[in-house]
Amino acid sequence: MEIEAAKQIGAGIAALALAGAGVGIGTIFASYLSGALRNPSAAAGQFTTLLIGFALTEFTGLLGFVVAMIILFG
Amino acid sequence: MALLETDPMHQFVVQPVLELPTLFGIDLTITNSALFMILTTLVTSFGLILLTGRGAMVPTRSQSIAEILYGFVADMVRSIMGEEGRAVFPYVFTLFIFILVANLLGMLPGSYTVTSQLVVTLALGLTSIALVVITGFIKNGFGFLKLFAPAGLPPVMYILIVPIEFISFLSRPFSLAIRLFANMMAGHTLLKLFGGFVLSLSSLGAIGIAGAVLPMAVATAVTALELVIAFLQAYVFAVLTCIYLNDALHPSH
Repeated sequence: MEIEAAKQIGAGIAALALAGAGVGIGTIFASYLSGALRNPSAAAGQFTTLLIGFALTEFTGLLGFVVAMIILFG
Repeated sequence: MALLETDPMHQFVVQPVLELPTLFGIDLTITNSALFMILTTLVTSFGLILLTGRGAMVPTRSQSIAEILYGFVADMVRSIMGEEGRAVFPYVFTLFIFILVANLLGMLPGSYTVTSQLVVTLALGLTSIALVVITGFIKNGFGFLKLFAPAGLPPVMYILIVPIEFISFLSRPFSLAIRLFANMMAGHTLLKLFGGFVLSLSSLGAIGIAGAVLPMAVATAVTALELVIAFLQAYVFAVLTCIYLNDALHPSH
């Protein structure tokens, strides 16, 4: 197989990490929303925790992006 | 009917803006990256000085912008670190404002995003972790090392836990840096990618221009999302720095 073609395929596979990040971020916001609707008075205090969870989850997807960039341009 | 060639990665190329001689082995050439870092510093410094210059008891509209920013970061530091956080508040505030303004300046068309360079964000991340290590050793002496050995575990578990905690600590500056860098880079690549679609589609004639409406709408939506991300990433960077600093102040979990 051509090296260039293999690189493109590899970068495409690395982008699959986004699927996991998508599921994770969806779960975080869904759980926050259902928790917030059950007890709205406690919701505001957990907003920081929500954003930290979001950032940590998003990071796994971004690692896939970085791997794809390294494969394509590294 | 040739498609217009556009390169979404071109925006990240560091180019010299002003050629300067090399002094004592240091290249003083101002690149577009350096230029926008200087701009960021100038905008934050003079912006805040101008906003708070009058120092009225009842804040004017412009003064309250600065006060809202200050109060926002102060609340965040206090909620995570308590009163001890006052000592590191200047650092966290500087970090937050610098990243926020660098991100927002990068959103201007034709400008350069400083935080889309890994070397810049890694420098910020390493500075934060250096501060964490220094604070930890000053406040707790060698008790800071308890950070790697959480209390209340069966002794056998320490063989496993200590290396894990150590590696997780070492990865912190990289996770801080890569999160910010990858977010900004991915967002700006996406913007230019959709911008490129609009350009190459509209070079195809009337049908192309009609088809270019969709990528144009997406590019507009992504711009709005990027403004949120610009703020969110600055906030997340500051919050995580606060949490790591709090860990250093209270190492025994």
